[in-house]
Amino acid sequence: MEGITVENIWEVLDEVKDPEIPVVSLAEMGIIRQIEISGETVIVTMTPTFSGCPALQVMKTDIEKRLREEGISSIEVRLVLDPPWSSDWITAEARQKLKNFGLAPPPRHGGNLQEILLIDIVACPYCDSTNTTIKNSFGPTLCRAIHYCDNCQQPFEQFKPL
Amino acid sequence: MALADDEIILAHRNSEWTGHAPILEEDIAFSNIAQDEIGHAVIWYTMMAELLGEDPESYPDQLVFFRDPSGYRNAQLVELPKGDWAFTIVRQFLFDAAEILRLEELRHSQYQPLAEAANKIQKEEFYHYRHTHAWVQRLGLGTTESHRRMQAALDDIWPYTAQLFEPLPDETLLVEANFVPDPAGLHSAWRNLVVPSLEEADLVVLVEAMPVTAPRSHHTEHLPALLAEMQAVARQVPHAEW
Repeated sequence: MEGITVENIWEVLDEVKDPEIPVVSLAEMGIIRQIEISGETVIVTMTPTFSGCPALQVMKTDIEKRLREEGISSIEVRLVLDPPWSSDWITAEARQKLKNFGLAPPPRHGGNLQEILLIDIVACPYCDSTNTTIKNSFGPTLCRAIHYCDNCQQPFEQFKPL
Repeated sequence: MALADDEIILAHRNSEWTGHAPILEEDIAFSNIAQDEIGHAVIWYTMMAELLGEDPESYPDQLVFFRDPSGYRNAQLVELPKGDWAFTIVRQFLFDAAEILRLEELRHSQYQPLAEAANKIQKEEFYHYRHTHAWVQRLGLGTTESHRRMQAALDDIWPYTAQLFEPLPDETLLVEANFVPDPAGLHSAWRNLVVPSLEEADLVVLVEAMPVTAPRSHHTEHLPALLAEMQAVARQVPHAEW
């Protein structure tokens, strides 16, 4: 615990990936909100993407496990709902990683979620065409929707804007 | 408790479509919606645990799996059997509309934890509302048969919607403190939202049947059967871990 800084913890936790999308880290996804060191205790504050997300417990355990590997024994993982998680928080690098993974990144909505949901133009992660059709607002996980690219004839998933 | 119980019971009804929905997309959609609702119920139950000084980890399970029907505070609307697809869609649409409006008001609640939770949940609910709204139009304006079933479902369901807006015991105090919205105001806002949408889908609200206004501790014969199924595993093996 000696000499460990908040920056060190951010670096270490950058290795903790999203259990459902293992190419991006929880920090890049904006799920880890804050890291504090209080005496001997490391306090990690996180927020769920979708509140029914079953991966939440796994994320919490993964964070604790990674910190214990660093020899940190006193860990507190706090869950907060406010401010509510927004897909706008996903970093530019993470968006590119999602795309390479075959998941269309969510459009930035700047707080205007309802407007985005009405327009809903999604570019295909494979060929970049916007000639796509939504097949289902609900997909294999709470955070994904299913689309079809009419240009390259490929079904694809999108990380939903929230 | 009423908010949470509505969510958990409707989630169970919706989960009954998992593996059985008319098309694969809807199987997935309703499984998702059920999962979202369970997530929302957990938020409300956890908030209750914090208010009562109970353990936030174990209290939600305790409430869901070890309460008898008379302890549940859900509206009768959500416990009715899932019926046909039209019934499920109409119920979900009417419920989602009520929820969207209630959450919009709760976002401005003077009770901070309530406002924060509502802000979070409402964003997810837009997806539900958009989905069921589209299905109401699709089936209402679909074939003669789909229209007939939708109208029949609406006739059956409408009387039960009143209970969603019945004041709870002592709710007046919470309304006065600006913790929760006035149920009567919510009811008329809800009617203004759903009636035009239903009319667009060629569906008419013409039910003259007596609205259900029973207290939320009163349930239909369907709730005990639902709970028996939902609680069976937890009650057989109370300390199971998985």
